[in-house]
Amino acid sequence: MATYSSNQFKNGLKVMIDGDPCTMVDVDFVKPGKGQAFTRVRLRNLITGRIWERTFKSNESVESADVMDRDMEYLYNDGEMWHFMEPDTFEQYAADKNAVADAAKWLKEQDKCLITLWNNNPIAVTPPNFVELEVVETDPGLKGDTAQGGSKPATLSTGAVVRVPLFIEQGEVLKIDTRTGEYVSRA
Amino acid sequence: MVLDDHWRPQASIDTLRARAALLARVRQFFAERDVLEVDTQLLSHAAVSDPFIDSIEAQYRPAPDQPAQTLYLQTSPEYAMKRLLAAGSGAIYQLGKVFRNGEVGSRHNPEFTMLEWYRPGFAAAQLMDEVEALVALAIPGFSAQRLSYRELFERELGIDPHRATRAELQRLCRQHVDAPFEDDCRDTWLNLLMSHVIEPRLSAPVFVHAFPASQAALAQVVEDAQGVPVATRFELFVAGVELANGYRELTDATEQRRRLQQDQARRKALGLPQRPLETRLVAALDAGLPDCAGVALGFDRLVMLALGLERIEQAIPFAFERA
Repeated sequence: MATYSSNQFKNGLKVMIDGDPCTMVDVDFVKPGKGQAFTRVRLRNLITGRIWERTFKSNESVESADVMDRDMEYLYNDGEMWHFMEPDTFEQYAADKNAVADAAKWLKEQDKCLITLWNNNPIAVTPPNFVELEVVETDPGLKGDTAQGGSKPATLSTGAVVRVPLFIEQGEVLKIDTRTGEYVSRA
Repeated sequence: MVLDDHWRPQASIDTLRARAALLARVRQFFAERDVLEVDTQLLSHAAVSDPFIDSIEAQYRPAPDQPAQTLYLQTSPEYAMKRLLAAGSGAIYQLGKVFRNGEVGSRHNPEFTMLEWYRPGFAAAQLMDEVEALVALAIPGFSAQRLSYRELFERELGIDPHRATRAELQRLCRQHVDAPFEDDCRDTWLNLLMSHVIEPRLSAPVFVHAFPASQAALAQVVEDAQGVPVATRFELFVAGVELANGYRELTDATEQRRRLQQDQARRKALGLPQRPLETRLVAALDAGLPDCAGVALGFDRLVMLALGLERIEQAIPFAFERA
């Protein structure tokens, strides 16, 4: 496994810290007076999501983490695992609840997701920025009241609940921004 | 990354105007005080001795097809300026570029502008007064508290930095900082406590003086009131930024030679490059360096502080990445 010396550290580098894969979020060079230099790194643990700061001295080295992001198509959920496929190789990967986390409520079959693999196992799932999902339940639309604005909750086909304008009806397909969880428009 | 706009400076043109005005005010400040401007060499046959400052090498050739000779870009004009002082220059200042290998960060650029000056006959306290007056050119009404290194560590961390053992310092450090590495040098832990724990808390300007003798660099070492040897060295911190570093200068040639050799031995032990020492500095001290105090101040950081900039590249026309 490759190692990186602290003077090679940079944002986005994936390394193993205390047995977990981590990504460097921010790297700064700290040099007190006449003393030896330190590298202060803001790290995100890719398994737990924890963000913290660790300081390295110069020439300290850390092991690289075999972490990569791949575009995959979401296939189905079997009740326990979420299954994804690499479109070029047809290779399939199963992600568990921890890896999918909050992305679960945006996953629609055949949508393209970004899967983070560590040692070839999914550890994180990033849904597309925008998804199109059908409204399966919402209060009836209030016709003629559209100028007033206002919103109401709507349940989508994946189970996600979002605030939508009052004129939206059950059965409509909506465009949602998964980063904010907000309604964008009718699809 | 999109590189299309990398032709542009990171500093705004307004910042560069303010920077130019400050450069002019600094020169006027020294002209009024009868301090002579000098511009000593940036390219030298000798390198700095400090183990933790790395010189950038340059290759000099008498002709393109001749073998090259390694020269060094200066990390500070200190050695050259002391040779001038020993030659009878009187009070002098230099405002210009210096170079340090590997130093890139939010407050570091490998090429930066340093203001360095020397005052024959001044004690450290008098020079701190003058630093205060100079910084006031950039930050109106500027003044700074004065605390010894011991007072600062006692106030912030409740320990005596001169007497605490390495193990105590390491333990204390790890209560505040995630730094699981090992290091058998006391100064590493003191520096880590200073830079990671104390500095960020120093929002009010402060001169820290009377450093541990092990961090004397080229300052005189004297005994303090408690009989502990301390360096007549001071550092100015403003808004948590290390802005200036000054000494009551070492004038003893024998001690100067010993420190250069000690640095060289330390470099060897750490596997760092062995480079030619500036023996002409020792010769200058032998001839007689007047008793004096000197200080180096990071001019780009002064611009940052004056304008409230977050990163050093915002104060420089073209910082490392775009240079």
